[in-house]
Amino acid sequence: MSAYGAEAKPRMGFFTDTSVCIGCKACEVACKEWNLIPDDGFEWSGESYDNTGELSANTWRHVTFIEQHKSLKNGAPTADALHVDGEVATADGSPEPLRWLMESDVCKHCTHAGCLDACPTGALFRTEFGTVVVQEDVCNGCGYCVPACPFGVIDRRDLPRSPEDAPLALPLLGRKEDGRVWKCTLCYDRLKGGHEPACAKACPTDSIQFGEVDELRERARRRLAKLETEGWNGPRLYGDDPDDGVGGFGAFFLLLDEPEVYGLPPDPVVPTRHLPRLWRSTALAAGAVLVGIAATFLGGAE
Amino acid sequence: MTSNGSITQVGTEMQSYYGKPIVKEPVWKAEIPFYLFTGGVAGGASVLHGLARLTGNHRLARSSLYIGAVADAVSPVLLVSDLGRPERFLNMLRVFKVTSPMSVGSWILFVSSGASTTAATLELLGALRPARWLAEALSFVTGPPLATYTGALLANTAIPVWSEARDELPWLFGASAAASAGATAAMVTPAAAAGPARRAAVAGVAAELGLVRLMRRRLGFVGEVYELGEAGRYARVSRVCAAAGAGLLALRGRRSRPAAVVGGALVLAGEVALRWSVFKAGFQSARDPRYTVLPQRKRLEERATGRGR
Repeated sequence: MSAYGAEAKPRMGFFTDTSVCIGCKACEVACKEWNLIPDDGFEWSGESYDNTGELSANTWRHVTFIEQHKSLKNGAPTADALHVDGEVATADGSPEPLRWLMESDVCKHCTHAGCLDACPTGALFRTEFGTVVVQEDVCNGCGYCVPACPFGVIDRRDLPRSPEDAPLALPLLGRKEDGRVWKCTLCYDRLKGGHEPACAKACPTDSIQFGEVDELRERARRRLAKLETEGWNGPRLYGDDPDDGVGGFGAFFLLLDEPEVYGLPPDPVVPTRHLPRLWRSTALAAGAVLVGIAATFLGGAE
Repeated sequence: MTSNGSITQVGTEMQSYYGKPIVKEPVWKAEIPFYLFTGGVAGGASVLHGLARLTGNHRLARSSLYIGAVADAVSPVLLVSDLGRPERFLNMLRVFKVTSPMSVGSWILFVSSGASTTAATLELLGALRPARWLAEALSFVTGPPLATYTGALLANTAIPVWSEARDELPWLFGASAAASAGATAAMVTPAAAAGPARRAAVAGVAAELGLVRLMRRRLGFVGEVYELGEAGRYARVSRVCAAAGAGLLALRGRRSRPAAVVGGALVLAGEVALRWSVFKAGFQSARDPRYTVLPQRKRLEERATGRGR
């Protein structure tokens, strides 16, 4: 992070290895506790064991649960590994493979971050660790970062509680209590103190690994090679490539299926990549408005 | 259920996570589409005013100056009201970032708004002529970018139907701005001085109708939201009102004052509906993961087969 000069630190991030995630949600809980995030309503979604649904202003780690009729390893269906819940019989009595994928999703801390580029107040900034953080004392809740994120991570927290909870207090609590945007800070405060982020600390299987991004990429490549040698079905790295549409993620993943199965975009591109062309088009259009209206004066005043 | 498919599969076209959206819907409220409209009126009226002043059409210059000033005064109020923390609106002027169309736009609106309200006030008071000329010049210069930057504002997002229209939205909003400002000026200016305003309204609507068709065609599958739900309804209202208003202005606007007023009002209704249509299309586009995933899949396939970049 060259702008920081002597205070620059190595770029820090996460490698989330979903092949060892057991869906315990300790990361979600640790994140909420450490960062004092409000609850999401304690509702059953009915979508496997997922009850937080998506990353949002109040969910900075989100564990996805995917139930699939696919075998965990290539070849015949087996029931030997963590993600195999068992076998179900099909109509003709033959066993049908079944696997349960879990993935702890998080802000990607993009190299080229759409939210950061879009922020008109400078509330979003890049830290000395290369992470992307909102300064909550600066954010004025314009909401431009929300649709600027290709992953749907950052979100506005409009109310501290649902309107049903406090109808009379709303005029007091409502807009005053919040209205700003929130997302994962990669535990900036803990990093400053030399600690690892709360989710990584709490993860019991090391599915969430924290460290220097360069070193994590190395580790991820070794892990991928191992899974491929063992014949796993569909392992791939997601977000480890510095040449992708967002310049690589600071928090990247090892997935066992296509990104969209986990609710992730298959080829994310930071909106700002097209901005030079967009500004040119905007300037030309502005010129056309001027010339076009000028032409209407050629016909005289009446 | 297919033996090899995912339980979370949506239809047969693609896989998704329980059909949930990938990108977030905007958090913007009704203030924003109305601002897209008033900002357009302000930008277009500033251009109309400046050119009328330069060509000596002072009657049209005066009415466009007041129209622009009112629109320029309303616009920041709408924007501040939409903020999650309205009391922090001045934070917009902490920085200037070319990577953020909202930052650039805030500065454009700040200058334009200050200039045109100042110019209108001085015109009203008949005072400080050199200061008024300076304010008028500033307002004239910021008018065209004010009319088109909102297209960049929407296109610089991850919302498929907005970002994929990056080549059309600034032009479409520019045309809509010319139509809105022209229609408003044609309504309040005597016919003998309102010729350029009427022609701006008619030409703006004509350009806009063509651009909507072009945008829809280039967007392909992603653009189907313009035929669905609220976006579709607003699009149809916009088309009918704008075309009818422009027709009335073109045929009867010069001879009949009531026709100019009704025609202008119809065009304005069409322009408000156009902004709402584009606004709502963005929400509908964000809500369905197919619009996010399928174009990206296509891009990946093209790259894999060497046809893409």
